[in-house]
Amino acid sequence: MNEKHSQPRRAVDFDRLNRAWYIDKAVQLLVFIGGISAVIFIIGIFVFITKEGLGFVIGDFSFSEFFFSQNWRPTSEKQTTYGILALIAGTASVTGLAMLIAIPFSLGTAIYIAEFATGKTREYLKITVELLAAIPSVVWGFIGLTMMNPLIIDLFDVPVGLSVLNAGIILGLMAAPIMTSIAEDALKAVPDRYREAAEALGATRWQVIFKVVLPAAKNGLLGAVLLGVGRGFGETMAVLMATGHSINIPGSIFDSVRALTATIAAELGETAVGSQHYQALFTIGISLFVITFIINLIADLIIRDVSKG
Amino acid sequence: MQVEQQKNQLAINTSKLNLWYGTFQALFDIDLKIKQGIITSMIGPSGCGKSTFLRTMNRINERLDYVRIEGKVDIMGENIFAPEVEILQVRKQVGMVFQRPNPLPISIRENILFGHSIHTAGKTSKTEAEEIVESALQQVLLWDKVKDRLDLKATALSLEEQQKLCIARLLPVKPSVLLMDEPCSALDPKGTEAVEELLWELRGKYTILIVTHNMAQARRASEECIFMLMGKVVEHRETGEMFLTPEHKETADYIEGRYG
Repeated sequence: MNEKHSQPRRAVDFDRLNRAWYIDKAVQLLVFIGGISAVIFIIGIFVFITKEGLGFVIGDFSFSEFFFSQNWRPTSEKQTTYGILALIAGTASVTGLAMLIAIPFSLGTAIYIAEFATGKTREYLKITVELLAAIPSVVWGFIGLTMMNPLIIDLFDVPVGLSVLNAGIILGLMAAPIMTSIAEDALKAVPDRYREAAEALGATRWQVIFKVVLPAAKNGLLGAVLLGVGRGFGETMAVLMATGHSINIPGSIFDSVRALTATIAAELGETAVGSQHYQALFTIGISLFVITFIINLIADLIIRDVSKG
Repeated sequence: MQVEQQKNQLAINTSKLNLWYGTFQALFDIDLKIKQGIITSMIGPSGCGKSTFLRTMNRINERLDYVRIEGKVDIMGENIFAPEVEILQVRKQVGMVFQRPNPLPISIRENILFGHSIHTAGKTSKTEAEEIVESALQQVLLWDKVKDRLDLKATALSLEEQQKLCIARLLPVKPSVLLMDEPCSALDPKGTEAVEELLWELRGKYTILIVTHNMAQARRASEECIFMLMGKVVEHRETGEMFLTPEHKETADYIEGRYG
């Protein structure tokens, strides 16, 4: 052995780099790129939207007109006005109604799946809920347009069935599956020993759920609701099809409205790139981006707080 | 005179109690008569069925749907497996303290009042609630320590305090039997001593059945002792006698630490 190593002797070559080392480094790099790419894309999108909308924001933008005027008249011959108040009201009313529908539905389903269902029933239910979450939004919009519309007209004897009610129901059903999933996770995260402790004291199933499980899971449940709200704000196609798309501050749930997202989707294709109208639409985009970002951030912080506790 | 009479009555009386987890039989023909008002300890190696026996006494075992039970269990003279028995009332009569302290993630005060509120229809007045909380915490010797921070989350207490709280929250429900499943195994020696002292305080008022891994604890803190092995009761005698002159060889071997 000794004669082979004329160099200063080494018992073990600690600094040898073998194939596994290179593969490890390569995979690390790949994963790192994958990991930060999402961040880069988001920043990229934000920069792009801001750049496109910036001309409007620093030029003709009037804060009070943009946010407090209900006149969205981008193509008016006399005087164009860009007020998104009615659009905000449209989005907010539809999302609000959607949450009124989605919260009890998703909470009920989540409680059933997490606390009552066992074995096969539970597996099938979970798969079904996930399937529901995968229905494309245009299909939901189609249902709103062709099924809900005549149904609402018949049922409530109103002239138009494309309204806050229609879009609210559609959006509520759309948001419910994802909210159910998150809420169920939150309920599952409540340690079983809490349930056992309460049951050993003689609590009924309902008392255990109402007094122990729901309070312990409340942050996760709030997170689920906020994710649903974020979904409501961002949804485009289904609301475009089901709201009636008319600019209006709704006085009742039977009024047609128009959503922020739907406005962008419907009008962007018909504007000249770089025009004032085009830039105004991008400014709506910035507002939506900021709103959903804040909602998601809050939801994320709340959920994170749960997993810590 | 009355105390004497009470002592002779049985708190728990089982006959031919068999229990299966699925196809695995965990208890074999258990016939045990546990006297009222004293502390009885259960010892035996892991998996001998002592915890299973304990968890059968308040029917908390039945949370698992693959448990099958045969035989008779009388608690305070009533068969708890009779068809007309309401499981919630059994659990009200038979309180349980778990191995790992499991206070609910609510305030100390709410923990104490939890059992009371679920068994009481209508509202409890504020002064009454305060009295309940104070008396329960006094009994577990925790009142002086926590009286100024009753709104603190119970999970923020030390383990010893949490375990005492878990005992305290049983008291407003007024159980007659207290089951304790290795209540000191998560505690340090000081906490263990404190809980043992507490058991002596509660003795007489409640029938206490305590499962323990710690033979020294069984010896110090109980009046009668049950030794179980492989799902069967080997010996049930006065604690002092059992540790001095065990009848069975298995008992002697276990006590001397030859296995387990």
